[in-house]
Order: sequence, then structure tokens, then C-alpha cells
Amino acid sequence: MNEPILSVKNLKVHFPISKKGTFFQKVNLKAVDGVTLEVFKGETLGVVGESGCGKSTLARAIMRLLPSTEGTITLLGKNLLSLNKNQLQNARKDIQMIFQDPLASLNPRMTAGQIIAEPLKTFYPNLTNNEVKNKVSQMMNLVGLIPEHINKYPHEFSGGQCQRIGIARALILEPKIIVCDEPVSALDVSIQAQIVNLLKKLQRELGLTLIFIAHDLSVVKHISDRILVMYLGRPVEIGTRDQIYKNPKHPYTIALLSAVPIPDPELERKKVVQILQGDLPSPINPPSGCRFRTRCPLAEKTCSEIEPELKEANSGAMVSCLKFS
Amino acid sequence: MSLLSVNNLNIAFSTTDGAVSAVNGISLSLNKGEALGIVGESGSGKSQLVLGILGLLAQNGKTFGSVKFHDKELIGLSQNELNKIRGDKISMIFQDPMTSLNPYLRISKQMTEVLMLHKNLSYAEAKKESIHMLDMVRIPEAKNRIDMYPHEFSGGMRQRVMIAMSLLCKPDLLIADEPTTALDVTVQAQIVNLLQDLKRDLDTAIILITHDLGVVAGICDNVMVMYAGRTMEYGSVNNIFYNPQHPYTQGLLRSIPRLTDDSYSDLPTIPGNPPSLLNLPIGCPFQERCEYSVEKCSIKPPPLVSLSNNRKKACYRESVQ
Repeated sequence: MNEPILSVKNLKVHFPISKKGTFFQKVNLKAVDGVTLEVFKGETLGVVGESGCGKSTLARAIMRLLPSTEGTITLLGKNLLSLNKNQLQNARKDIQMIFQDPLASLNPRMTAGQIIAEPLKTFYPNLTNNEVKNKVSQMMNLVGLIPEHINKYPHEFSGGQCQRIGIARALILEPKIIVCDEPVSALDVSIQAQIVNLLKKLQRELGLTLIFIAHDLSVVKHISDRILVMYLGRPVEIGTRDQIYKNPKHPYTIALLSAVPIPDPELERKKVVQILQGDLPSPINPPSGCRFRTRCPLAEKTCSEIEPELKEANSGAMVSCLKFS
Repeated sequence: MSLLSVNNLNIAFSTTDGAVSAVNGISLSLNKGEALGIVGESGSGKSQLVLGILGLLAQNGKTFGSVKFHDKELIGLSQNELNKIRGDKISMIFQDPMTSLNPYLRISKQMTEVLMLHKNLSYAEAKKESIHMLDMVRIPEAKNRIDMYPHEFSGGMRQRVMIAMSLLCKPDLLIADEPTTALDVTVQAQIVNLLQDLKRDLDTAIILITHDLGVVAGICDNVMVMYAGRTMEYGSVNNIFYNPQHPYTQGLLRSIPRLTDDSYSDLPTIPGNPPSLLNLPIGCPFQERCEYSVEKCSIKPPPLVSLSNNRKKACYRESVQ
């Protein structure tokens, strides 16, 4: 395979927080605790997991919106974590982000045109107003907005249209890779399909690489080539779409997939859900050994002693479970 | 006799931009132990419909029509009389478990209050009953947990506390407004199981409002599809899912990504956006997004007509098989 466009090695993001009951003692909340992944040109990597598994923190750390504790993030040969402010600014031309809440991620006091043009004005201050306007109209066309709406404010747009503005803003610098953090979860079903299709169309036409973070496994399946399943800050399984959805190996992936509601009354009523016992443990003090063992139906004594590494299972996917190593 | 019967219910809000009609001539009926799913996009009026039924509309909202519960008219009842019914015979689960519990009060206080008010129990009795209910919704160590504050619970547990609270008086009707939207799939599966058990074991009637058609498929007997405050289609869950008649229902069902679908092709979509309630088109509210719309659609809204098998739809188009 060709060189990865983005590669993340052993990334850790820890947040120091006050220990309960004390003021000066700090403990670490390990939001992301050792994630390694590679993204190749033109593909979509889906990231799934329950809330609190660290998928949004991972996205923000990759964008360097959050400080990482350890590890490397290599984008097109440059380690993002070692760049200074100016170099980072430049590198951000290649990596952009789309956020979850379409309305909250747009400045209510700027018009759609100003919002979309802002990255362009920041990076290419020498462009004339006309050049900027042309480029903005072109972007609005590309994402399915009517260029005549260039002077409207975010509140005058619907949720789906606001998300299109966010996409146009991310695209205007012609980045190589876009990190999408739950881009469709705040949208209605019919609008969600429109945005998913738009992202796929843009990917085909512009050769974009996407990291697509979502908790809806059906949406992720539809858009992703490869999928990373996370649990409590660590990857539990990485594989191609077929490996993850047709032949999941890790007990967590299996439980997650079994819980997805099926919009078909007969199938939905017949299906067997693997209910996970208990709640997500605290990332301040994760279970020893395998982090999933407290809720795992297959857990044994050794699971609490040895921390499993990602190993290739017979499906071809990389699985982090002692049963497969 | 049905448990709940709503007849030609209209809900209008007076706003600074003019009157907004959120719900238009909705009728429905619900029997004991039956679950009705109300689906629709945001702004379709599904939440306002149930708030209107319970008399919980915002100050600027007005309800017209008739809501009969156990043959008693609810519209026009005083707050005092409504309070005797709400929380006792009818209870409601709200969408956001984080904001619908009082953060200042212990769970025990919030739960026992319901029983002391409606059932005249003593605090000790009420607490015992509350613990029993928390056990039922599978809160571990309910005995110790009950004296905790809401922030000490996870999202899924908070939603289960809400459900336990709504069941304390063994209501005849449970209204759940997007009960699983804020939750992860694994927790959602637990809540869905819980609602199924309730329906089976306690014969509770359920109105489930959601946009997740998968959840509807698992719980509901009948489904009502709403769009811009109107009923577009009504029918049994099998009829709606396997043989949808209204173009909107068909579009909605087609546009959901499915786990069973292995193709990489584009999802079929419904073009356009839902209309603004302030500026509804004359005629059918769905006409602008409908692939079958004809001239007639823009003149007069299609009436809700009954079809065979207790189905209804509001569309001029001939039924398809």
C-alpha cells in the first residue's frame, strides 16, 4: 500500500484533574491512552465507540486543538506535535475539521460568506475581494448551497444547510484530510442522508481523505472503508468495513453491533441483543489488564493481569483481546 | 372504550412573527397495553402534540379540540385537576435525562415526592417503593444509590431513574419523548428492553416519540408519521415498514442507512428541507419535497382518508402495492 497521509503513533492525551477531596494532588484522566492508526489517501476511516471512549478527544488531539501527552502525529511527513505556532498554522491548510453542532460551530454575527471566506483571508491575505467572493460562491455551489444566500446569517439557515456551510469552510483551503466529529448526529434522518451523500461526493471529486467520527454504526458503515472501534481511550479493533461488520471479533465490537436497532419490525424483534452489564468505568482509574474485562462476557482471571495488544485475528482485523493472541 | 382518544387536536402558538400552528387536526386513539410510535423530523409537532395532551404547553400556546382520557376531557381542566392525573395516571419521560432531574435534590427526595403526593404514603413507605422501582429498572445497589444526587449517575442510569420515577404510580399511560436519543446504543438497547417488559408485564400503554425508526420497529404496535404538524400516515408497524403508502414515509424509510446494506452507493434522500411552520405552503405541506406532487397538491391539503386494515393516509396519490 502507499504511504499513509496521516499516521498517529501511541498517542496519549491525559488531563490532570484534582483528586477527589484534595486540592493540590493531581490525577490523570486518560481520555486517549495509546492510539496508533494510519489513514491512507482517499479513504475514510470511521471511528466508533460509546460516549466517553475518547473519540472526540482523539479528533481534537489530531488537530492539535488539545495538547497531547505522548506520541507522534505525522501528517504528510511532518510531526504535528513538534511544530511551532507558525509551522502549525501552515500545516493546518492540509487538515481541517467539521464539528457536531452545525449552528453552534458558526459565528452568529458573521454572514455565511464571511464564515466560508475566513480561512482564505487568514492564509491568503493578498487575494482581492472579488477573488475571495468567486471562490466562496464556487464553494457554496460545490456543497449545494445557493450562492445568492452569501449574505444571510446562520440563524436563517436550517440545520442541514448550516452543516453545509461548515463543510464549505473546511473545504475552501483545499485540505488533504478532513476530520469530521459527529457531523450528522444532530441532523434529521432525511437531512443526514443528504450530508452523508455530500461528503461521499466531495471525496470522489476532490480525492479527500476523511476521518469520520460517529456513534451511529449504520452511518459509519455506509461511509467508511476502514473502522476503528475504541473503548475507554484505547483501540479494541481496527479493520476493513467487512471485517468489522461481517465478522467482528472483539466481544465489545460484537456487543456494540448487536445493540444497533434495525428498522425492520420482524428482524428487530427476533434479534438477540448482547446487553453489556454495568456502565463505562472511569477513565481516571481504568480497570487493570484489559479495560473491557469488567463488562466482558468472556472475561477470565488472566484478563485482569495482562493488558492485551492489538494482534491480527483470523478475520484479518487487528484485535486487542487475549482470546486472539 | 379506548384509554386515550384525541380528536381533531390543534395547537397554535402566538409569536412575534405571527401565529404558528404547530399541530393541525390530529386524531388518535390508544388502548391499554398498546404502544404507539410517533415519528417525524424536528419541527413536525410531535413533541408539542404530547405536551398539548398533558396541558404542558408554553405560555403562548393554545390547544383546541378534544383529549379524552378514561372518558374524561382533559382540555380545559384546571392545573389542580391536571396535577392529579399527571404523574399518577399519565406520566412522561423527557428526552434529556441530564436536565429533567433537579440537580439540587437527592434522587430519594425527587422520587418519594411523587408517591407522597399522589398516594399519600409516608416517607418511609415511599422510599421503600422507590428502591423497589429502581431495582426494577436495574440500577445496581439501589438501596445506597437512592440517596445520591443526579450528577453521580451516568447518562443511561439517569434515564433509568427517570423511567423508574415515571412508573412509581403505575401509570396507565406512559409518554416517552425521545427517551433514547441522548444515549449510546448499548444503553439504548437496555432502555428498549425495559419498555418492552413494561408493556408486557404491567399492560402500560406507551406513546413513543422518536426519529429512530429502529426503536419504533422494536416496541410499537402502531405508527403515526407526522410532517409539519399533520398526520401523513397511520397504520400498524408492519404495514408502515413493509408497505408504506405515503411518499414521505417511503422517503424516510429509504433514507436511513442500514447495517444490512453492504453497498457503497449513495443513500436515497428526500430533497430539500422541512418547511417553516411560519410559512407553510398552501395545500400539502410535503409538496415541495415530493416526487409525485401534482397540481392538486398545491391547492388543498389532502384529507386523511381511511384505507383497509385500519390504515390512514393523507395523500392524493393512488395506493401502491
